[in-house]
Amino acid sequence: MDSLLSNVDWVEIGWASWDTLVMVGLSLLFSVVIGLPLGVLLFLTGKRQLLEQPAAYAILSFLVNVLRSVPFIILLIVMIPVTVMMIGTSLGVAGAIPPLVAGGAPFFARLVETSLREVDRGIIEATQAMGANIRQIIFGALLPEALPGIIAGVTVTAITLVSYAAMSGVVGGGGLGDLAIRFGYQRFQTDVMVITVALLVIFVQLLQMAGDRLVLYYSRR
Amino acid sequence: MIEFDQVQKSYEVGGRAIPALHATSMTISAGEVFGIVGHSGAGKSTLVRLINLLERPSDGRILIDGDNVTAYGADQLRAFRRKVGMIFQHFNLLSSKTVADNIAFPMRLAGTYSRGQIRERVRELLARVGLNDHAHKYPSQLSGGQKQRVGIARALACGPSILLCDEATSALDPQTTQSVLRLLADLNQELGLTIVLITHEMDVVRRVCDRVAVMDAGRVVEMGPVSDVFLHPQHPTTRDFVFESESIDRQELQQDLAHAEGRILRLTFRGEATYKPLLGRVARESGVDFSILSGRIDHIKETPYGQLTLSLVGGDLAVAMAALQAADVHVEVMR
Repeated sequence: MDSLLSNVDWVEIGWASWDTLVMVGLSLLFSVVIGLPLGVLLFLTGKRQLLEQPAAYAILSFLVNVLRSVPFIILLIVMIPVTVMMIGTSLGVAGAIPPLVAGGAPFFARLVETSLREVDRGIIEATQAMGANIRQIIFGALLPEALPGIIAGVTVTAITLVSYAAMSGVVGGGGLGDLAIRFGYQRFQTDVMVITVALLVIFVQLLQMAGDRLVLYYSRR
Repeated sequence: MIEFDQVQKSYEVGGRAIPALHATSMTISAGEVFGIVGHSGAGKSTLVRLINLLERPSDGRILIDGDNVTAYGADQLRAFRRKVGMIFQHFNLLSSKTVADNIAFPMRLAGTYSRGQIRERVRELLARVGLNDHAHKYPSQLSGGQKQRVGIARALACGPSILLCDEATSALDPQTTQSVLRLLADLNQELGLTIVLITHEMDVVRRVCDRVAVMDAGRVVEMGPVSDVFLHPQHPTTRDFVFESESIDRQELQQDLAHAEGRILRLTFRGEATYKPLLGRVARESGVDFSILSGRIDHIKETPYGQLTLSLVGGDLAVAMAALQAADVHVEVMR
């Protein structure tokens, strides 16, 4: 065993795992906080929706598309000056979070928009007929009805962020990706590479399982 | 009372205005059950949505109890909508809320009810629609008829004076339709609720409505008391609906009539006349022989009616006609 995994420093692995957890956790939090209202806005300003605003929709949609079409590895580099401006460094766990959010929030916003579109129009109409205002329609009907879809979206976003977070190792972000690149790749320590990948796989599996359970719990259809 | 004053609605499609409802004026009295029939796309859905302004009229005014609701601001409109309940073909219940929470939803939106009031009212409404045991179920656990009952309870939550029914029984089987219609009729009687009901089934109109408007291509083509419209349809669209509801195939009918001899009459009895032993007496007095080609006895709301198609041979036809008319029977000579 020792000879097989001779290069693996378990304490280092432990810290790297923790860093990945923090990066994914925080960037997921910000992605949801920014992406949810963005998604709701995309939905509402869309064609034949409650606040149909072709101009606003076009602008929002364009922004989201731009951020989503830039490959994440490029986004990481492009974001460096912005990140330095925002938090003083582009390195480590903290430095990875702004680019992760820049990648995660628009991704999540689209997922929110899609799940809101799947809410039966009749339900919105019925809520309007009850005399609800727009805020009540959003919080009383739209979001609760779309909740399972939104939770599924959070899960997919979290998993995407795990792989993004690993990628951020390339430009000096922390975590398992950083370990995999510095030891597994640059020093040819295959055992470190295997362990980090295995941990990432387990992490993704756990996220998916938790997400699926929550979706099931909130699905009343 | 609901008044339409030259109300018109058109949709912009590709830069062109497509009329959904041509200028229409009509009055629906307080406390009546008013039916609107028409094929899909005839404009009935638009008409009913104009009442609570889910659709805004392109022109004209809508007056509810004399108030021009088309001039309402956003707050007034929301307050007004609370007094107009609405039920739907596909129920439109919130799948994420329990039955009780669905019924409580309009009251929570109104924000003027205390928790205790809401709880009490929900219990009352559940009992009224016969769903006492289902308060904590989710809509997906209910049958279609039960879902519509939840829909009705929800529509009644804020004590509306008007109930709009958008094809409310079209997704239900015949038996469930019966029971939902009976519930609507009861609510109309007990609460004095004005009910506006749109449907493509004349049978629904026959069972619960007082008056009916028939729509075709965005126009009201015929309107009147259900018994008049039903028994003596004037417009071709109305005739289609009536024949359809009686499962009469017109071609088949024509063929049957071609085999019959003599005069062919269509008799319509209403009310008491339906049960009187009339035909035998008329036959004896006038000496005509008759055979029955088709016939039915049914009810329009509570009033019984009968319709018979007869062929008459020999005897004194004039005497027979006079005798029938004297007995308050509507006689239509078909051939």
